[in-house]
Amino acid sequence: MEDPRGDTERHQPPPSLWPVGFAVGIVCLLVGLVVSWAVAAVGAALAAVFGFLWARDVVGHRSVELPAPAPDEPAPDAPAVPAQAGGAAMPPTQPGERYPRSVFLENATLGLGAVIGVVVTVPAVGFAVLPAFLKQHQHEADLGPITDFPEGQFIVATFIRDPSQGDITRRTAYIRNNGLLKGVPSFTCISNRCAHVGCPVQPGGPVFDNKKQTVKTKNGDVTLTPVLPAAGFICPCHGGSYDQEGNRIAGPPVRGLDRYEFLIRDGHLVLGNLYSVAKVTGTGANAKITTVELHGPGQHVDGPEAWLYPLQPPH
Amino acid sequence: MEQMALYPLDWLEERSGLVGGVRYFLFRKVPGDTNWFHTLGSATLTAFLVQLVTGVILAMYYKPGTNTAHASIDHIQHDVTLGWLVRGMHKWGASVFIILMFLHMGRVFLFGAYKYPRELNWIIGVLLLATGLFEGLTGYLLPFDQTAYWASVVAININGTAPFVGPYLASLLRGGAEIGPDTLSRFYSLHMLLVPGALIGLITLHLYLVVRLGVSSPPWSDEAAGDPREPEPPTARAGLVQTRPRGASLRGRPTE
Repeated sequence: MEDPRGDTERHQPPPSLWPVGFAVGIVCLLVGLVVSWAVAAVGAALAAVFGFLWARDVVGHRSVELPAPAPDEPAPDAPAVPAQAGGAAMPPTQPGERYPRSVFLENATLGLGAVIGVVVTVPAVGFAVLPAFLKQHQHEADLGPITDFPEGQFIVATFIRDPSQGDITRRTAYIRNNGLLKGVPSFTCISNRCAHVGCPVQPGGPVFDNKKQTVKTKNGDVTLTPVLPAAGFICPCHGGSYDQEGNRIAGPPVRGLDRYEFLIRDGHLVLGNLYSVAKVTGTGANAKITTVELHGPGQHVDGPEAWLYPLQPPH
Repeated sequence: MEQMALYPLDWLEERSGLVGGVRYFLFRKVPGDTNWFHTLGSATLTAFLVQLVTGVILAMYYKPGTNTAHASIDHIQHDVTLGWLVRGMHKWGASVFIILMFLHMGRVFLFGAYKYPRELNWIIGVLLLATGLFEGLTGYLLPFDQTAYWASVVAININGTAPFVGPYLASLLRGGAEIGPDTLSRFYSLHMLLVPGALIGLITLHLYLVVRLGVSSPPWSDEAAGDPREPEPPTARAGLVQTRPRGASLRGRPTE
């Protein structure tokens, strides 16, 4: 492609170190995403600065000239010609002048407009996007005294996780008291959210509604109903089946059921955060649970597909 | 008598040119062998307009909020005069809109009406399809009954399984890590404000291109669209309303 200035040889940018700085910035950005936000910010700044300098080098320091005056224009050293005379209303560029005032003003207007646009848009977009990711935390659920949980018996517990939000935070968990493990109470607390697309999983066995009891705790009313999930847990939506430890037996789910962390406080069973489970071996108090960070339904936690979900938003 | 009816139109036309524009749109040339299949696009537009109007009316009675939404729908259905009719039109109109959109898409595809110079119109149509489906998705949650809630749970979780950005997309749709009051407000805002705005903008672009590029003949046509036609005879009418369509523009091109 011919150079528009009329030179016949291609102008290559001189060798420069800007690409190196840009690469270092990208690496810092990616490493920082895993390690720490400060490093990521430094990396982003480096990449931006060096990227800009590199791009400017590549595009080249082309001189910006006014459009040439009309061919029937008088001699270039004539004084300023009014616009009606048929030419530019400013003196034509003197040799050596590369950045006329009009171009500067035009660019300054556009730049200022862009700055104003950014200042107005970024906070608004931040308001739309960020609250979904900030200040996310899970609420504790007090399920009542542990004496309400007979050993070896599965109990369906429904509770309100966040009383200030009300009924929409109602959740269900399948709780089994496993007795004592090395002198400490052991519970299996399985979430009823199917790992396929999130339908509520049902117990595969009779639910003894006549033995339901309601306990008043600081989370409001908690209903506890004994159940005998002989066939494990089955999801009514698409037929996903899990065993009594929450491992996937059959169906479309990609992993087992999630579990709740729990603690015993003042003799009450208190459920904490949810976490996802890669595998459970053994049963009851002797179960060995391979835990991972909480993943959404349908997201693999092991195997090659797990590489598709490297990062999770804050829970 | 006719003068009395025409006078306001002439007044408007002289000051804005709008009447002439409407005439141009309504009386533009189309190929002689257009058939009923070509009505599917207008039918989709009509369904959308019905949704707009019924949606505005429903929004006067609907109360978004996890505790009030379902009760307000109940109120519309049973207490508000003809509320059952408007709600029913909106509910079924949504399905009609989606079905007509797919039929229209199929018609355009099978007629080859996406080829040069109408490629951009096809792309806008694809965007309209995605936006229309998203409108349906956000609207589905609003009654906030069991069907609405669990269908939205499943839809959001399916979005969450997209690689890499899936979990973040799901959090963005939900307005947090769990479905809550923020989810309903978010879906309502999208359904009422953002997505209809996008739909109106895209439909305007779509219609502009249809008028500018003209209608193409069916594939079995043996006349090349765009053949010269006799000019419309001028009608004897007083006033400044133009009797000829302005400009020729690109008439329908043959499909091959």
